[in-house]
Amino acid sequence: MNKTIRFMQGNEVCAEAAIYAGVNFFAGYPITPSTEIAESLALRLPESGGKFIQMEDEISSMCAIVGASLTGNKAMTATSGPGFSLMQEALGYAIMAEIPCVIVNVMRGGPSTGLPTQVGQGDVYQTRYGTHGDHAIITLTASNHADIFRMTIEAFNFAETYRTPVILLLDEVTGHLREKIEIPEPGKIPLVKRLRTAVKAGVDYHPYLPREDGRLPMSDFGDVHRYNVTGLYHDMWGFPTTNPPVVYGLIRHLVDKIENNTPRITRFRKYYTKDADTLFISYGASARSTLHLVENRRKRGENVGLLELQTLWPFPAEIVRDACSKVSLVIVVEMNMGQIAKEVKLAVNNPENVFLANRIDGELITPTDLRNTLRVIQGKGV
Amino acid sequence: MASKDFIRKRFFPHIWCPGCGHGIILNGLVRAVENLGLDRKNIVMVSGIGCSARISGYVDFHSLHTLHGRALAFATGVKLSKPELDVIVPMGDGDALAIGGNHFIHAARRNIEMTAIVMNNRIYGMTGGQFSPLSGYGTMGTTVPYGNIDHDFDVVDLSLSAGATFVARTTTYHVHEMIDLLTKAISHKGFSVLEVLTQCPTYFGRRNRIGDAVQMMETYKTGTTRIGSKKKQENPELIERGIFAQKELPEYCREYDSIIEKAKRK
Ligand SMILES: Cc1ncc(C[n+]2csc(CCOP(=O)(O)OP(=O)(O)O)c2C)c(N)n1
Ligand code: SF4
Repeated sequence: MNKTIRFMQGNEVCAEAAIYAGVNFFAGYPITPSTEIAESLALRLPESGGKFIQMEDEISSMCAIVGASLTGNKAMTATSGPGFSLMQEALGYAIMAEIPCVIVNVMRGGPSTGLPTQVGQGDVYQTRYGTHGDHAIITLTASNHADIFRMTIEAFNFAETYRTPVILLLDEVTGHLREKIEIPEPGKIPLVKRLRTAVKAGVDYHPYLPREDGRLPMSDFGDVHRYNVTGLYHDMWGFPTTNPPVVYGLIRHLVDKIENNTPRITRFRKYYTKDADTLFISYGASARSTLHLVENRRKRGENVGLLELQTLWPFPAEIVRDACSKVSLVIVVEMNMGQIAKEVKLAVNNPENVFLANRIDGELITPTDLRNTLRVIQGKGV
Repeated sequence: MASKDFIRKRFFPHIWCPGCGHGIILNGLVRAVENLGLDRKNIVMVSGIGCSARISGYVDFHSLHTLHGRALAFATGVKLSKPELDVIVPMGDGDALAIGGNHFIHAARRNIEMTAIVMNNRIYGMTGGQFSPLSGYGTMGTTVPYGNIDHDFDVVDLSLSAGATFVARTTTYHVHEMIDLLTKAISHKGFSVLEVLTQCPTYFGRRNRIGDAVQMMETYKTGTTRIGSKKKQENPELIERGIFAQKELPEYCREYDSIIEKAKRK
């Protein structure tokens, strides 16, 4: 077998993986540190007949991918914090109208324009709560090239499976880092095809009537079934309604289809956790430094382990609770003021054993930072 | 196929007030589509939010009722991803030119083939009569209780300078002209804009003491004239109706096809 080994940036890996997943529409607006995704896809998409468009802003980019998804395409956009803020209204629309699509947010330091070229992980909550109204969302992340590849494909797969926008939350460090990656052979990673309706022309098709398993077969714009899509509460025909039981049924469906499938959506990696007494929990670039420290400490015979989260939302509370149940110390490592740490505290039985190791100055948290934090927590002094 | 087949009966009664001009535009639209003999399954109506935007739900085409101001952005995704579709985008004046103004000028600039219908009632109907960028100096609305000090602009001039390749204007009084212009706008190969002056008797008419729907339509009859008419020379205040631009320039989706060819040859 011919191995395709390439040396590239994380953002380029994301673009390659999107192509592998079958993306054929991208709309976006340039913003550091995500721009390379747009640049790569501007080059790559037309090679296979796909479409790339640079829109006038991120609002329109998000809207355009919803439109493109409705004609039957796998559609995505990529941005960073300020642009992701602008996408929130249309993100809510995609949730409400159940439009599969993928949004990549390569995080920089925020709030506002913040630190355009430096790293942060402050958008974890924004992916979860950024758009208004009760809702559920899927947010994935990755810390190395192989996983960026994998998670980009998972993002497309989940989007199709659950008919929902999926957010891939990367960061400046993983997005800009150059390292080797082995591109998997085509067909090696399974791809989820869009579920399309089998209802024939002339027979009533209910675009918003979930099957028993909660899934809704789609019909492309341009195909025989003509129906209405709206961001208003709607009935099974897609027509606006304020009828309380229908409203209740829809919001329950939107939340349940994701929350009830948390185990299926959860992705994580465990490193040295079996006999660990101290457990680190981390994700994205922070997890790279954490793994480095954990491997170092292991060599010295210390029982430390790492749980790397790749699904951030829906929060994998059970996995976290289970992993923390046998350890005496939990340290959450992230480059924000404790967004995932708070979730971990909520999930575990002994929240008093959960500590935060963070950096919020635009610099990558280092193994030395972690070693020092560990010593402080252990009362050893730095 | 008769025009009645283009209506989704299930979704009636409509939400519009008695006398609202939006229904006249719906009528004109359905007739234009009938004239053109278009296949329902190839038409996508994309609208934003407003009384006007509800028009997309009442027609039996593919319909995408989106966000306030963003209809053209959604429509761009639909059209570029499947250029064989006929995309029609009805919008209110606030929808198209306040919150959606940026998308409007950029869709025009790109010359992407779709039909923008600006249903200009010079007010925010859906939210209860606040002024819009098309209300004009001195008009009254709920958020300008002392009179409007905001100036309006001309939709036709804006469209022309933004690069729209078909630009026309009519009113709900001139129904036959409306059908004719809609027919031409929809069949145009490029970005087309049709501004339709339409009455909101409930808010604009009442607040500005113009009167009921009939009296408002009277003003369209007396206050407008055909482009280049003698009447306009005599009375420069008159608003001109007709086609202001109709030209063939490279269209965005077709241009993109040549990008694809280039990329494949690489
Ligand atoms: C982002 C956002 N801002 C404000 C609104 C409230 N809103 C709904 S319709 C509308 C204006 C409608 O006026 P217009 O577009 O002129 O259409 P009309 O109702 O007059 O037909 C406004 C401000 C909204 N839905 N979304
Ligand atoms: S408020 Fe005005 S625009 Fe809205 S339906 Fe009534 S008359 Fe028409």
